[in-house]
Amino acid sequence: MNYDVVVIGAGPAGMAAAVKLAKLGTSVCVVDEQPAPGGQIWRGVERNATSPVFNALGEDYQKGSFATAAFHAAGIDYQPSAQVWQIEDGWKVFLTAEGKSRCITAKAVLLANGAQERSVPFAGWTLPGVMTVGAAQILLKSGGMLPEGDVWIAGAGPLPLLYATQLLELGGKVAGYIDTSQKPSLKALSHLPAAWRDFPGLMKGLRWIWKLRRSGKLIRGIHNLRATGEGQLCQIEWESKGNTHKRDAGVLLVHEGVVPRIHETMALGCDHDWNDQQKYFAPRTDEWGQTSRKGIFVAGDAGGIGGWKAATVSGEIAGFGIARFLNIGIDAEKLRRDAALDDRRKRATALRPLLDALYAPPQTPIADDVVVCRCEEVSAGRIREAARASAPDVGAVKAATRCGMGPCQGRQCGYSVQALVAEVNNLPVGDVRFFNIRPPLKPVTLGEIATLQDVEL
Amino acid sequence: MNPDILVIGGGLHGLSCALQAARRGASVLVLERHFLGRHASGSTAAGVRTLGRDPAELPLSLEAAETWHKMAELVGDDCGFKACGQLQVAEDDAAMASIAARVTRLEKQGMHHEKLIGPDQLRELVPAISPHCAGAAWAPGDGSADPHRAIRAFRDAAKRAGVNIIEQCQVLSLGRNGQSWQIHTTTGDFSAAVVINAAGAWADKIAKMAGEPVRHAIRTSMMVVTERTGDVVRPVISSFGRKLSFKQTAEGTLLIGGGAQGRLAADKQSASVDVQALSVAVQAAVRLFPSMVGTRMVRAWAGMEAMTEDHLPVIGFSDQAEGLIHAFGFSGHGFQLVPSVGRVVADLAIEGKSNQQLDAFNVNRVSEKGVALC
Repeated sequence: MNYDVVVIGAGPAGMAAAVKLAKLGTSVCVVDEQPAPGGQIWRGVERNATSPVFNALGEDYQKGSFATAAFHAAGIDYQPSAQVWQIEDGWKVFLTAEGKSRCITAKAVLLANGAQERSVPFAGWTLPGVMTVGAAQILLKSGGMLPEGDVWIAGAGPLPLLYATQLLELGGKVAGYIDTSQKPSLKALSHLPAAWRDFPGLMKGLRWIWKLRRSGKLIRGIHNLRATGEGQLCQIEWESKGNTHKRDAGVLLVHEGVVPRIHETMALGCDHDWNDQQKYFAPRTDEWGQTSRKGIFVAGDAGGIGGWKAATVSGEIAGFGIARFLNIGIDAEKLRRDAALDDRRKRATALRPLLDALYAPPQTPIADDVVVCRCEEVSAGRIREAARASAPDVGAVKAATRCGMGPCQGRQCGYSVQALVAEVNNLPVGDVRFFNIRPPLKPVTLGEIATLQDVEL
Repeated sequence: MNPDILVIGGGLHGLSCALQAARRGASVLVLERHFLGRHASGSTAAGVRTLGRDPAELPLSLEAAETWHKMAELVGDDCGFKACGQLQVAEDDAAMASIAARVTRLEKQGMHHEKLIGPDQLRELVPAISPHCAGAAWAPGDGSADPHRAIRAFRDAAKRAGVNIIEQCQVLSLGRNGQSWQIHTTTGDFSAAVVINAAGAWADKIAKMAGEPVRHAIRTSMMVVTERTGDVVRPVISSFGRKLSFKQTAEGTLLIGGGAQGRLAADKQSASVDVQALSVAVQAAVRLFPSMVGTRMVRAWAGMEAMTEDHLPVIGFSDQAEGLIHAFGFSGHGFQLVPSVGRVVADLAIEGKSNQQLDAFNVNRVSEKGVALC
């Protein structure tokens, strides 16, 4: 199949772009990993409209209904439950759906595939019973499931606050909420005036914190959190003001912020920039969301974390940008001005500098005995040892230790390995490059590859 | 740090040359543009194969085979070498006839490293193989190794022998000054009596800098590795007339290669995977082992290496420049030759001659005639 545009991801950014492009008369195919549109933020929004969790998930979640309705109404070719596992020049997009692989071609590709949770290894993080807040929220949105037993939440950022609030709203219990963020610096507070541009957003965050504080479960100023247990989480431990604390725990939900999903743009060889405050790479784009590779566009959190409102605006901008790239005779600049997209973006990102400064990623060095690459079970100590014996390059460390060679292709350990290589070589983290990303972007079977011979292009 | 011998290229061949030259008392410096084993050495399937070798390469290959069986004596580690044997399967009668003719010819020449086996013995060796296979050539002394472990072992042995290694160092120019080479690099300037060109896919660039333009293509062979799976096969499998090599690693993953070519970037500095070309090799593997259709591929990559027109390497002294020795153009089958080529090149560098017949590997085969020297 041949399209003008393939959009990957049907979250706020992908839907917004696809709707704009369809209205401008281009042929659009949206390929989505999820079974229904909405992305992570609005996961299951159509199905949940009649469910008891709908109210508890909050106003922002409910707004997703309007976006998905507009998306369905636009007459877009939508391919749900599909995994894109390779993108090649000429823009061939290889995907698997219903157990079969096929290839679709397009003049432009929009990567609107969102973010992933930052993985921060600590002692015991691979024990069953320890999971991320994001994973817990997926269970909540897709099946209304709440964790049971002694549920502990440990992390920093808006998502664990939101999740804890949702959990309490639904009658769930939280044994304790450990805020792992650092004390706000003066620099962080200096972003406060600008954040007033998003007054409702600011108030929402404060409400979440008040609610938690009232519950008496909020713990702050801790360090060296670890999970213990034989083959299963039993207890958590931490240090605070010189004392060691131990608590029984059945479930520990952790979260240290989100980072853009860059495997696709990395595999395509797009240029990336290092965000030193939030410690992640993001693809470099022009003012229309186009990457350094002509015809490859990025929108939403995949281009840098901004949240769903910013994602929607950047999707619309990328939609106009792609139309402009396709040269279909529109005045993209005018459309952009008329829709006041730049003003809307400013408002949507007003809170971001404050959030980024409040919730900087943890910088504690990973202890030698902590597993960093869980696919291949490689510890921080072995990574340091390999890094000391080779050039300051994650590729050399990967070859020497197998870290990042497993099925997740370094999605979990990439930034940790980069930080360890930088630490050993005494380099700024951003000066160390990321893993080379190889196909497939998603696991695909040998049988599916073998039958590609018969695929028509 | 001005060595007797300066090796350009920190792949396995460069490291092996450096190690064996240093063992004989030379001071040696290895320059590597990225990190050791970044390209062909780190991308190889690491087959240790005498089977099906070009007759010109066989003396070097048989010498190397002996070393592989006692690799620890050379580098202090077995490099993950397993003498699991290599099988070249015949999928039809025509293939079987070609294989039989080769084995007969070798035996007439007194070489017995390959044996012809029928379908029953084939199935004994590889129970999972598809029943349509008619037989195979079997080289029981062959096998495979772990390329990354080999890189580390050769690196560490070279360092113990006193070799200096500089990574992330690119050679910018080469010039002859009296009896020595001046080597200008991103890390500084060096001088050395002998330069060894082991620059892999960039060997033509180095040769040109040294005043001896050569031509070679760049091979971009692709490999696939799967998730870990139960025992499928012990020997390394290839199929006569098809682009396939197939093995199971010590970790339990399956490795599929065989020469399907990826895409070379326009600037010739990188290569990427072409999945439709790759599917030829995967299809060939699945035809031999139908039960693997549901096994998941974890990663695919394309390596980069110099390939000559006759697919034989260039090993030996330069035709044009004094004190320049080439070791490149292994055309996708150089891994097994690492120990013997290193020995031969060290001989050339230190004694000025070698006991191995190197005529077939002469650089004049690939010389760019009529190109102005620079």
